Amino acid sequence: MSRIAQKFAELKTQGRKALIPFVTAGDPNPAVTVPLMHAMVAVGADLLELGVPFSDPMAEGPTIQKACERALLHNVSLRDVLAMVKEFRQTDSQTPVVLMGYMNPVEVMGYQNFARVAAEAGVDGLLTVDMPPEEAVDLVAALVAVEIDPIFLLAPTTMDTRMAMICAAARGFVYYVSLKGVTGAANLDIDLVGQKMEQIRRHTQIPIGVGFGIRDAESARRVAAVADAVVVGSAVVNRVAENAEQPEKIQEAVCSLLREMRAAMDS
Amino acid sequence: MSKANLPDASGHFGPYGGRFVAETLMEPLEELTAAYEAMKQDANFQAEFDRDLAHYVGRPSPLYFAERWTRILGGAKIYLKREDLNHTGAHKINNTVGQALLAKRLGKTRIIAETGAGQHGVASATVAARLGLECVVYMGAEDVQRQALNVYRMKLLGATVVAVTSGTKTLKDAMNEAMRDWVTNVDDTYYIIGTASGPHPYPAMVRDFQSIIGREAKQQILEAEGRLPDALVACVGGGSNAIGLFYPFLDEPQVAMYGVEAGGEGVGSGLHAARFATGRPGVFQGVRTYLLEDDNGQIMATHSVSAGLDYAGVGPEHAWLHDEGRVTYVSATDTEALQAFHDLTRFEGIMPALESSHALAHVTRLAPQMDREKIIIVNVSGRGDKDIHTVAGLEGIKV
Repeated sequence: MSRIAQKFAELKTQGRKALIPFVTAGDPNPAVTVPLMHAMVAVGADLLELGVPFSDPMAEGPTIQKACERALLHNVSLRDVLAMVKEFRQTDSQTPVVLMGYMNPVEVMGYQNFARVAAEAGVDGLLTVDMPPEEAVDLVAALVAVEIDPIFLLAPTTMDTRMAMICAAARGFVYYVSLKGVTGAANLDIDLVGQKMEQIRRHTQIPIGVGFGIRDAESARRVAAVADAVVVGSAVVNRVAENAEQPEKIQEAVCSLLREMRAAMDS
Repeated sequence: MSKANLPDASGHFGPYGGRFVAETLMEPLEELTAAYEAMKQDANFQAEFDRDLAHYVGRPSPLYFAERWTRILGGAKIYLKREDLNHTGAHKINNTVGQALLAKRLGKTRIIAETGAGQHGVASATVAARLGLECVVYMGAEDVQRQALNVYRMKLLGATVVAVTSGTKTLKDAMNEAMRDWVTNVDDTYYIIGTASGPHPYPAMVRDFQSIIGREAKQQILEAEGRLPDALVACVGGGSNAIGLFYPFLDEPQVAMYGVEAGGEGVGSGLHAARFATGRPGVFQGVRTYLLEDDNGQIMATHSVSAGLDYAGVGPEHAWLHDEGRVTYVSATDTEALQAFHDLTRFEGIMPALESSHALAHVTRLAPQMDREKIIIVNVSGRGDKDIHTVAGLEGIKV
């Protein structure tokens, strides 16, 4: 069983939902990331999503765009991100780590090569925003061969037929994009999310994570009531951004948000 | 085998093309593809498009024999395909007229577009004004500076111009921002992509709308010379004017084709946009194609004196034609393009856009090597009025 499947199984027996924070690797500098990952786990993060900085993050709102720009000032590359995961794994062999980003850095490394190095580093899943399952046949094969889960997105615009096709390709969990828009948008409609969860569950048994637009404890609690996992990206990255000039304050700023979310989700 | 039968059903030109976008856009792209396929078969739509091209755009554009320039270069006969004479001053309007009809058919009330040199932005704002649709144009902040005239034109036409300050503040960043707008407002918004790139069906659809250039040129050269040309030359940014000229000739093996990329300060300098010279295939802005990228897969900043060629990717059909060897891709530097700009202006009284000047620069190399009975058609994709400030600035003259 993959680390992701194992984590969700464990949470299920505890009757809890997964809290998945996202940070951009290397934001605001590379030294911050691994200690921040450990700190997030310590306050109740169940899985970690690590953003791979990209020059043209087409699906991101301003918050994560700027996070990419801060990381790219330090030339943080996909190889650097894999090295961070490897470092994280030295003291945490339990918490699943999913890389999230765009296809081109993976293209440059080559699918087989990426899969090998990522598996060695201890990566558990890959979510590339601009890679729909139709184009991903070779990538999925390379990932599955080394037991990395390909994570795919579902969107409010995804119709039933496509949903079935995506769910068939997905492993680990599926990621439902809760709104039409970019990351960090403000137009989350939680009732609609609830209806979508029922529709998605007709197609798959694997857990459903929900992300985009979850900004505080209250929205985390309400999403956790209908989904299996709550992904929090821009709200976390905002805490990083606010403290980019005083990186020593980042951990506490992020962790205080996650503690509130965790408490609300478990209440 | 025909070279003119792609893309396949999933939008691929050999290994290139496809659809690499966020999931939210996959169904809208499918809907657009279906609508476009239906309209291609619809005689009423084709008639409406032809009518607009004739009476609104002013087609056919002339195929003009540049007699004096031919004599000066002392080689092949040079014909200019005068897309600069279209309404709004460039080939871009052919595509926006077509896509606007599609937007109307789909019931969309809002048009968005990205623009580099501003020609596509102007062409989009123009069709939006004509149809009474809201229009938002995304333009890199750097390009807003160097194309101030076109920015004001768009505003006069009622469009909102958004200066994009992320990334390198040029065309690619404008396209990112347009995609972000589209994903947010997908219900009521139609995204008019201005070049033969991006996710399927855009590369094929834009090519089809621009193919009027090559179809006319073919008929016109047969009328003028009684035979097909020996060579076609066009500049390649994303590549819409080039594929528009080339496509109807792809299955005529005796016609050589040259796509001219922006060589900037020289391909060796690193400051250029010559994707086929130093780039390699990757995935960028919805499509698999040749890219200028660094060793880590980050998209590189490009450089060209012409904003319209200053782009890190290239249309996927060009990538395929490159690998097939059907089209030869070369580059012209800023300096060579500027010289060609002056040459055509002084020798023929035609002031070309700096983008088109890259194609003309290659003609100055090619024509003298060819016999006098040979024929070249070069696409003057746009007029140079928008570039007067840039040219003056480079020559230290304050206008």
